[in-house]
Amino acid sequence: MRNKPKLSSVFLNGIITENPTFRLVLGICPTIAVTSGLINAIGMGAAATFVLVGSNFVISLLRNVIPDKVRIPCFIVVICTFVTLVQMLLQAFIPSLYASLGMFIPLIVVNCIILARAEAFASKNGPVASAVDGLGMGIGFTLAISIIAIVRELLGTGCIAGIPIFGAGYDPMLITILAPGGFMVFGLTLGVANIIMKRSENKKAKEAK
Amino acid sequence: METVSCGNVLLFLVSCVLSNNFIFSRFLGCCPFLGVSSKVETAAGMGMAVTFVMGLASLFTSLVYQYVLFPLGLTYLSTISFILIIASLVQFVEMFLKKSSPALYKSLGIYLPLITTNCAVLGVATINVSAQYDILSSVLNGVFSALGFLLAIVLMAGVRERLETSHIPEAFKGFPIGLFTAGLMAVAFMGFSGLV
Repeated sequence: MRNKPKLSSVFLNGIITENPTFRLVLGICPTIAVTSGLINAIGMGAAATFVLVGSNFVISLLRNVIPDKVRIPCFIVVICTFVTLVQMLLQAFIPSLYASLGMFIPLIVVNCIILARAEAFASKNGPVASAVDGLGMGIGFTLAISIIAIVRELLGTGCIAGIPIFGAGYDPMLITILAPGGFMVFGLTLGVANIIMKRSENKKAKEAK
Repeated sequence: METVSCGNVLLFLVSCVLSNNFIFSRFLGCCPFLGVSSKVETAAGMGMAVTFVMGLASLFTSLVYQYVLFPLGLTYLSTISFILIIASLVQFVEMFLKKSSPALYKSLGIYLPLITTNCAVLGVATINVSAQYDILSSVLNGVFSALGFLLAIVLMAGVRERLETSHIPEAFKGFPIGLFTAGLMAVAFMGFSGLV
């Protein structure tokens, strides 16, 4: 067993250094599909965070029981259980969000972020650290898709979460909330995130000198 | 129950491949679309593996849904049973490719097991259920949608082979420029949206 990682660094790891969307570029499909509005993005982020925390915790508890050869199917069954839970809860309590996220809720099962964390972190670390890692990754994912959603919704409709920002005189750039805009805005934000990362790395390198 | 008659098959094909393209209008299967599209041959191999798996997955998932889950009132188990069916199918395809074409098996590398987590495959099973397609239409929907995916990934690979040699700002190399290219292609595919 490796040294115990510090919980705070595990938590921040998911938000900044290994942000699942901007650094690892995982889970592209939901990122593009649900970011046409901020509310959808936050709903999707919350659902994915719940699944990440739950599945990381349970998989970490079971890590010594699951045989190595069949670990992926076992992980998927655990993840799937949590996704079905989320699906039923949303359907019962927030039907409007359930309707607008549609088929992308069952598709959380195949979101690469969740399986990647199960494989890379939860199967090697203790349950508390794994849950914290899931929370950090989930929040990192939510923040990233919220940023993309704000850009798309603001340019495409002049609103944020349905509240008008630019006023009636704004002529909306419809393309950003349509399919092509999803790809383009994601590409642009990814590029900008790369530039920011590079700058802060250069700064650190200079300070080290 | 929705059925596709003979005369409609062509229309259905055009609708799945062009106007409701999996990548550009349903956003399914974007991970392999960006991950395996650096070479045309690998992209075509991946596309064909996905077509094969999606056709089979549509057949088995709709059989299980209509004869087991729906009559027994177990529809809430559909996600979990679909993913298990898909995972075992992928395992089967992997063993088959390993024996029959080791070269393709080698070039697809780690992406083959990743078909399990390709949302296009689970996505098509979910669409089949929610659109209430019968078994034949489900299989057609699976194969035709996968052909749309194949078209998209091969086109993308063609563009990306050219991008390799062109001058791109450092921060936009790789995924960002790939996404931007996909965006431009999506604009072109939007032109087909009024077709069917």
